[in-house]
Amino acid sequence: MQTPAVDQSQEVSRILAQFKDRPGPLLEVLHAVQAAIGFIPPHSIGLIAEGLNLSRADVHGVVTFYHHFRSAPPGRHVLQVCRAESCQAVGGEALAEHARTRLGVDFHESTPDGRLSLEPVYCLGNCACSPAVMLDGRPYGRMTPARLDGLLAALNAPADTEA
Amino acid sequence: MTTIYVPGDSGALSLGADEVCAAIGREAAARGLEVQCVRTGSRGAYWLEPLVEVACAGKRIAYGPVSPADVPGLFDAHWLEGGAHRLQLGEAGRLVWFANQQRLTFERVGLTDPHCVADYVAHGGYQGLRRALSMAPAAVVEQVLRSGLRGRGGAAFPTGIKWKTVLEQAAGQKYVTCNADEGDSGTFSDRMLMEGDPLSLIEGMTIAGTAVGATQGYIYLRAEYPHAWRTLTRAIAAAYAADYLGADVMGSGRRFDLEVRLGAGAYVCGEETSMLESLEGRRGEVRVRPPLPAIKGLFGRPTIVNNVITLATVPLILREGAEFYAGFGMGKSRGTLPLQLAGNIKRGGLVERAFGLTLRELLYDYGGGSASGRPIRAVQIGGPLGAYVPAAQFDTPVDYEALAAGGAMLGHGGIVAFDDTVDMVRMARYAMEFCAIESCGKCTPCRIGSTRGMELLDHIIQGRDPRGNLERLEDLCELMLQGSLCGLGGMTPFPVRSAVQHFREDFIGRAQH
Ligand SMILES: Cc1cc2nc3c(=O)[nH]c(=O)nc-3n(C[C@H](O)[C@H](O)[C@H](O)COP(=O)(O)O)c2cc1C
Ligand code: SF4
Ligand code: FES
Repeated sequence: MQTPAVDQSQEVSRILAQFKDRPGPLLEVLHAVQAAIGFIPPHSIGLIAEGLNLSRADVHGVVTFYHHFRSAPPGRHVLQVCRAESCQAVGGEALAEHARTRLGVDFHESTPDGRLSLEPVYCLGNCACSPAVMLDGRPYGRMTPARLDGLLAALNAPADTEA
Repeated sequence: MTTIYVPGDSGALSLGADEVCAAIGREAAARGLEVQCVRTGSRGAYWLEPLVEVACAGKRIAYGPVSPADVPGLFDAHWLEGGAHRLQLGEAGRLVWFANQQRLTFERVGLTDPHCVADYVAHGGYQGLRRALSMAPAAVVEQVLRSGLRGRGGAAFPTGIKWKTVLEQAAGQKYVTCNADEGDSGTFSDRMLMEGDPLSLIEGMTIAGTAVGATQGYIYLRAEYPHAWRTLTRAIAAAYAADYLGADVMGSGRRFDLEVRLGAGAYVCGEETSMLESLEGRRGEVRVRPPLPAIKGLFGRPTIVNNVITLATVPLILREGAEFYAGFGMGKSRGTLPLQLAGNIKRGGLVERAFGLTLRELLYDYGGGSASGRPIRAVQIGGPLGAYVPAAQFDTPVDYEALAAGGAMLGHGGIVAFDDTVDMVRMARYAMEFCAIESCGKCTPCRIGSTRGMELLDHIIQGRDPRGNLERLEDLCELMLQGSLCGLGGMTPFPVRSAVQHFREDFIGRAQH
């Protein structure tokens, strides 16, 4: 369930109070906001700008510059599939294609039920175990389409429905 | 009580190391045996991961690759007493793959508990800092200079010269920053070091700080490395608790503070001035040089920017002396380089060797050839901006100058192998695509040219006017090379041109459709 906007603003204010006196705090604030809320709510841009004495354009510019920051809520799970060279050398693109077809979404999209977001990543530093993916921050190496299906099926397990 | 070493490195975790550790705990409990699992880094032989070692009669007997299902059988075979089993490898350090390596920077990785200061000190840690604190700052810088250490992040600039510049700036706030953005595909040595021996990086940065008069350090870590973030933060806390960081480093009365800052998924932030912008909380747009970061860096102050491996090598240089380190290597490439074997390779992982061994030794003696069993057709060296090298050049030695002479570059030492099923036009297209995705947008040739390059390569893929489009591609490469502010736009032509030069047959004579 999504947090109501008022609660989000309170959360952002709390984070601002924690970080505002540190040198160059904007990225740290954005990381903290995304960790707490799951994304950077567009309505919080003004609050962040005010709190750090920046312009809204500054904050917006930073949020959009970095691939990591999201402006909309992600799915309940996030699957990152590596698309860089080492993974390509051992079937990474076929794996990426499989993920797309199987989930019925493209990269940067979430499944309609909001269960999972599919994201590209350009190297996870696990290139000796390519193809590599990360699911909710957990690394998996030597991935195959069949093993990926297994991982995704495990997400469907009843215990997960509340996640 | 038997000690069992199980890697906690994220590569090993990606192959099930946590599940193996849990299975060992369960099985030992069920049998009433007392074991303690120590989580180490990875030794870097990823084809053997999870590689588990059992302490037995003063030795560490290795078993691998171990899956949770193997664990009951290993207990049945009495592995706690070094019992025979099909997965038993003997002492890991004696395996040919390790015995022929020269591990200096990685001397402890895979052997020690990364979070434990006492373990670090018991294995040679903090002797370098102790020595450095007893020397004049200029003498410390002189040691680094004389060791011949060159930056391992890609540009291979002499580290001592950089430090000397920062030392010579007037006293006042200075910074030591560590570039842990490791965005190159095929590279993972920074990650392995931060997960396996973070204290060597912490010690190296402390030596740098006390040598040039900087009291604050930052590690700029890429967001894709959550596991390294946890290891680093824990190790930093442990170093503070033992007074190796803080107001009074090792009782010297000198201060050095250190923290980790997270990147946010932008490849260009590995470029040092973009990294500084990002550390200051801004968009990672590349700065025009001069001024050099050593003169005007973070928050406008004199700043050391060094790669993880560069900094983590410094403690050993101070401990063993500059001559010891300079005694390894060839020509102007002194010391050792942690090379990373990746892609389509049978035995991928980390090989640390003195400069001078050939690509062939790496790919075949260490790597065992391709994973698919097909011939290795090309390797890309030095990440997405590095050239593709054809099999005909595999006798080139690993040396900054020798590779440059052949039109390639060593970069951060990552080597990605491709077998003969690779389509080099698609790899060239990917190089342009990557540049388009990651461009910071400041220069037109990089921002627009990369997309134009993708279009040209799409035409070539479809077999449309290959010769004309190759000419246009060459002009575009020249434009990007000349008109880009940083290496992202300026070096993307390297993989593209080398693909065209060495694998022309892939570009010409495709069926038209
Ligand atoms: C596009 C681009 C990306 C880079 N990425 C990295 C990186 O991820 N890590 C790194 O250490 N150096 C990277 N560099 C090199 C740095 O600019 C810089 O030379 C290096 O951090 C200096 O440290 P060193 O002297 O210890 O190598 C990159 C350079 C460019 C142009
Ligand atoms: S070459 Fe590309 S990435 Fe580098 S400064 Fe120019 S636009 Fe930015
Ligand atoms: S290229 Fe995929 S993990 Fe490095």
